[in-house]
Amino acid sequence: MTARWLPAASALLALALTLALAAVALALGGYPPIEAFGALVRGALGSPSAILSITLVRTVPLLLTGLAVALAFRAGVWNIGAEGQFYAGAVAAVWMGLQVGGWPVWIAVPSVLLAASVAGAAWAAIPALMKLRLGVGEVITTLLLNFVAIDLSAWLVHGPLQEPRGVFPQSESIAEVAQLPLLIPGTRLHVGFALALVLAVVLAFVMRSTRAGFFVRAVGASPDAARVAGRVRVARVVGAAFLVSGALAGLAGGVEVAGVTYALYEDLSPGHGYTAIAVALLAGLHPIGVVGTAFLFGVLEGGASSMQRIAGVPAAWVNGIQALVILSVLVVDRVVRHGWVAGGRDG
Amino acid sequence: MAEGLVLASFLEAAVRLGVPLALAGLGETLSERAGVINIGLEGSIIAGALGGALGALATGSAAAGVVYGAAAGLLVAAVFALFVVVLNTDQIITGTAVTLGGLGFTAVVYQARFGVTGTALTLPTLEAWALPGLVDLPWIGPAFFGQAPTAYFAYLLAPLLWWFLFRTEWGLEVRAAGEDPDAAAAAGVRVRTLRFVTTIVAGALAGVAGAHLALAHTGTFSEGMSAGKGFIAIAVVVLGRWNPLGVLLAALLFGAASALQFALQTLGLDIGYQLFLAFPYVLTLAALAGWVGRARAPAALALPWPRGEH
Repeated sequence: MTARWLPAASALLALALTLALAAVALALGGYPPIEAFGALVRGALGSPSAILSITLVRTVPLLLTGLAVALAFRAGVWNIGAEGQFYAGAVAAVWMGLQVGGWPVWIAVPSVLLAASVAGAAWAAIPALMKLRLGVGEVITTLLLNFVAIDLSAWLVHGPLQEPRGVFPQSESIAEVAQLPLLIPGTRLHVGFALALVLAVVLAFVMRSTRAGFFVRAVGASPDAARVAGRVRVARVVGAAFLVSGALAGLAGGVEVAGVTYALYEDLSPGHGYTAIAVALLAGLHPIGVVGTAFLFGVLEGGASSMQRIAGVPAAWVNGIQALVILSVLVVDRVVRHGWVAGGRDG
Repeated sequence: MAEGLVLASFLEAAVRLGVPLALAGLGETLSERAGVINIGLEGSIIAGALGGALGALATGSAAAGVVYGAAAGLLVAAVFALFVVVLNTDQIITGTAVTLGGLGFTAVVYQARFGVTGTALTLPTLEAWALPGLVDLPWIGPAFFGQAPTAYFAYLLAPLLWWFLFRTEWGLEVRAAGEDPDAAAAAGVRVRTLRFVTTIVAGALAGVAGAHLALAHTGTFSEGMSAGKGFIAIAVVVLGRWNPLGVLLAALLFGAASALQFALQTLGLDIGYQLFLAFPYVLTLAALAGWVGRARAPAALALPWPRGEH
């Protein structure tokens, strides 16, 4: 029986390891680590407006895509495609957002978010069907579909969805009624943040206390055992987890469009769907944990530009940190289960 | 006449674009035969591209750049192998991390060295070797035998790897490690050593593939220029049925798919180049959907070993 504190302790240990590695990497690159970290933290958390308008706004897509990945991985589905599903959601949100002019806000906004979720689920349905019907592993298919989604959105903003003047590679802005209301007036923090928090709590409850959540955990732990001992219809659980995961990632794209950009751009996502993997793994695939780790990555991304400005560290450095986080989680997980913590192996 | 020129340049581009897929795919064939699937191949390719670029810049020689690229790809794969073989971590998650790290840190090094906007970097390029006699063959001559040396390396590597895997004792041991590591170990095969070595050799080949991208295609490096070639290479291994000769053929077919965009653009068919960019990925997906049921992966592929330790 694993102690309750173990996941949190593992995450903190992994984090400490990441910071140590990151400091070494910075020092090797000739940057003073303390100064760089200081600039990053000040940029992300140095003022109420930095926290509310930058860091928390950056947290929202990471939280939603992080939940998407956590759910999929819990079910044993290697959905590396949150990035593509995010784009699918963003495209659908823009399309719907351009139709709803004149509708009441309370219909327009849900329509946009629903369209985004459905599009994300539909994009995830392709690898889900390929896995369940044709036996094609989802790792490569979800990865390839990311490239397809990014290229298709680029084509859309140069073609069918381009703003009417045809000058910029972006879509027209969505109708005002489709834009998410601000959570705190005077900041850029929109209600998508509250929605993401609610979804994290709902997902945690579903995973922990419902029959569906039990099935997902059982299938993720061992599909064969779930099939034989639990009479679980494994394909159904895998398919459902895949689609809901896609819907969450699509919703992330929709929320980003309706809450932040109001339009579709090329390179709308700086790789949220990939960061989400680090977010979910550091959280031990636990939805509430994802809230914390998404915020952490929100700080990293929110502070990256000020770190670049003040300490001269290239902002792309933050992308490397994702890899260090995942590798640190793997090392700590390995050590916790096989070495230094007695009885840590949860049979 | 104009069509003839288009066809000739299409074939030439098909081979040029197929070569990095072939090199990375052949390496991946070797490691997958030993039981290791390396999603981090993309990381080795981009590291090879940057290593190749920096090496060529430092030495003034594109050939030396290829060696640097191979070393960079090998180092990245060594990190991956350290995790999945020595620490026995999950291959998919580890590989994903290695790809993200490869893309992230190459961007950092590039930005640190050349600035965020990226000064246009001009590198010494790999000069084509025209093979006397063969290059004069109609159509296929210039396409296959007027290429950079890395292409000839790929042509030679495929039969060599086939011979190694299917006609030598070591090749048998590699395949045993990928099919039934327990039985192989019982028979005295050093499964972990084989998996480690094949994985880093594959990384070096992916590094050469990356160096080819930077030095034979464009003479420049750009962030993320690997553009998913590592993932397509993994699909190419499936389509080539884990047989080096099939993998070479599949890689050239995918090179042709990528080259199609240039040919169609040259012919004035303008339906938005982004759609053409998506084409190779869509084709890979379609091919996997239509093909995968007829190919059998090594039985122990992606499974950590020894099992009890996972």
